[in-house]
Amino acid sequence: MKTPHITVSNLTMAYGDFVLQRDLNFTIDHGDIFIIMGGSGCGKSTLLRHLIGLQRPAKGDVFYDRQDFWHASDEERVRLMRRIGVMYQSGALFSSLTLAENIALPLGEFTDMGSREIADIVSYKLALVGLAGFEDYYPSEISGGMQKRAGLARAMALDPEILFFDEPSAGLDPVSAKLLDDLIVSLRDTLGATIVVVTHELASIFAIGTNSVFLDPETKTMRATGSPKKLLAESNDAKIIQFLTRGENHVDNPA
Amino acid sequence: MSAAGTASGQVNLTRIDDSTASIELTGGWSHGAAVRPVEQVLAELDASKSLRRVSLKAHELASWDSRLPAYLLKIIDHCRTRRIDVDSSGLPEGVQELLKLARAVPERAGARRTEQKKSILGRIGKTVLRGLKDAKGLMAFIGETMLAFMALVRGKARFRTVDMFLCIQDAGPAALPIVTLISLLVGLILAFVGAVQLAMFGAQIYIADLVGLGTVREMGALMTAVIMSGRTGAAYAAQLGTMNVNSEIDALRTMGISPMEFLVLPRMLALILMMPLLCLYADLMGILGGMMVTVSAFDVSLVQYFNETRKAVDLTDLGIGLFKGLAFAALIATAGCMRGMQCGRSASAVGDAATTAVVNSLVYIVVADSVITLICNRLGI
Repeated sequence: MKTPHITVSNLTMAYGDFVLQRDLNFTIDHGDIFIIMGGSGCGKSTLLRHLIGLQRPAKGDVFYDRQDFWHASDEERVRLMRRIGVMYQSGALFSSLTLAENIALPLGEFTDMGSREIADIVSYKLALVGLAGFEDYYPSEISGGMQKRAGLARAMALDPEILFFDEPSAGLDPVSAKLLDDLIVSLRDTLGATIVVVTHELASIFAIGTNSVFLDPETKTMRATGSPKKLLAESNDAKIIQFLTRGENHVDNPA
Repeated sequence: MSAAGTASGQVNLTRIDDSTASIELTGGWSHGAAVRPVEQVLAELDASKSLRRVSLKAHELASWDSRLPAYLLKIIDHCRTRRIDVDSSGLPEGVQELLKLARAVPERAGARRTEQKKSILGRIGKTVLRGLKDAKGLMAFIGETMLAFMALVRGKARFRTVDMFLCIQDAGPAALPIVTLISLLVGLILAFVGAVQLAMFGAQIYIADLVGLGTVREMGALMTAVIMSGRTGAAYAAQLGTMNVNSEIDALRTMGISPMEFLVLPRMLALILMMPLLCLYADLMGILGGMMVTVSAFDVSLVQYFNETRKAVDLTDLGIGLFKGLAFAALIATAGCMRGMQCGRSASAVGDAATTAVVNSLVYIVVADSVITLICNRLGI
């Protein structure tokens, strides 16, 4: 049965006095592939930063299971953060380390495994994302798509319960983007992880999303939450329909 | 890292008959669990040459994470190279799926890098080749700079004057405090070093000659150059290097704007314009420092010191000092901008660029200083 993994309640995000989004309420269940969507500049990536502990909310709370993320002590929060993995938009690999060293870094810091065993796990993680044999390459020596996948391998290094993706398909060709989507789904199925994706790629949204939240930059709050397919079929909010159909359909005659 | 992960994992290899065996895994297979090294299992497999078939089983696992598939993958790969069939149907479904995923994209042929041993000769050769490439890069950069200056002379160089004034501000007035401090102290030190010897002959008045000539001909330009290579040369390398990392230099190129004109020219001009002025200032400060020591501690009056300095230092000395400043400025700007433009595309490459820029400009400065001094000595000026 579905149980909430992350709960966001009454969250308000702001930069100083400038409020980006207010009164966000939604839950992300265990095993969800949750899409954070919305037009450019609506605060998708900022919401992600609030969820992964990089930015403190102006108001409201984020709960991991039952634990209050932002009101926990610093040590507690660090412990919670260790249960999540993040794939950044551009990979964010450490450019002075090889792929193997990038992935081995969290393993070496947070586990007591020997270097040989770490090397085995690194090879396995790279194989999972289709980069077998690229251990000794530096990030600058591989393509952008490969960098993203290597970033994913690093995000998975510690077997996180929750994986966050910031625009996973941005800058990828359609075939690579599709492969990455497939990879995300199979990782969810095999690892049993919860997945949160920030994206505005419609193809991805419908292909993988099981739940979502739609942020609107003008009213500065969320317009809806639920499965993207269901939103398209049932919503009568013009803005959402416009977004989900690339502005080609009006509310009166949904696709 | 779950609590259950502390239970240790067991591996049991049992022979079923001559050509088949089964490997059974039980217990906890999470991070932190004690597990037999996979190499031991592989050695056990190797012990029986007749093995043709291995079945993997894991029914009673307390817990598992990435460790288990990584372990199994190692065994499977080993079996494959030894042409042993592996039957993984006895594994939990999730593990099977992960193993399938890990093998979905086969390793690209030739992608893996094998470490090569390098002989001493090979290493020497590599170093020489790298040196040659470096020299070639320097020549190319100087050539490009010349072209950019030609464009400037013909009034066709494309850069923003605002940029140049910012560079001037940064390379000139902003450097005054540190130049003041260092030059004053160097003048002070020169005076002290000379005074100890000269006072023995009662010739304290010649401290003024020593400090005046030493500062104007040599130390003023040299110390300013050292300061500026650490301050401005490194900054140039880091700025241009970071721009290279962010593809900003590529962006300029595709816009049809020469980065040499747009980025390098204003920086070089700024430093070349400002360095002689800074040298002049440093000379003054050095003489002031010497004066402070001599007048306060060695019984020489202010006027005496002033007159003696005027007698000792003539315009030629000043000219040589300022010319050195000019030459050093060109060298510092070249080293800084060149290393920045040649920078690689990573964070550590930017650091390397800044470091080599400073090291190179220091070497250039000292070598150029020696050459100029030698020439002046031969010409008798």
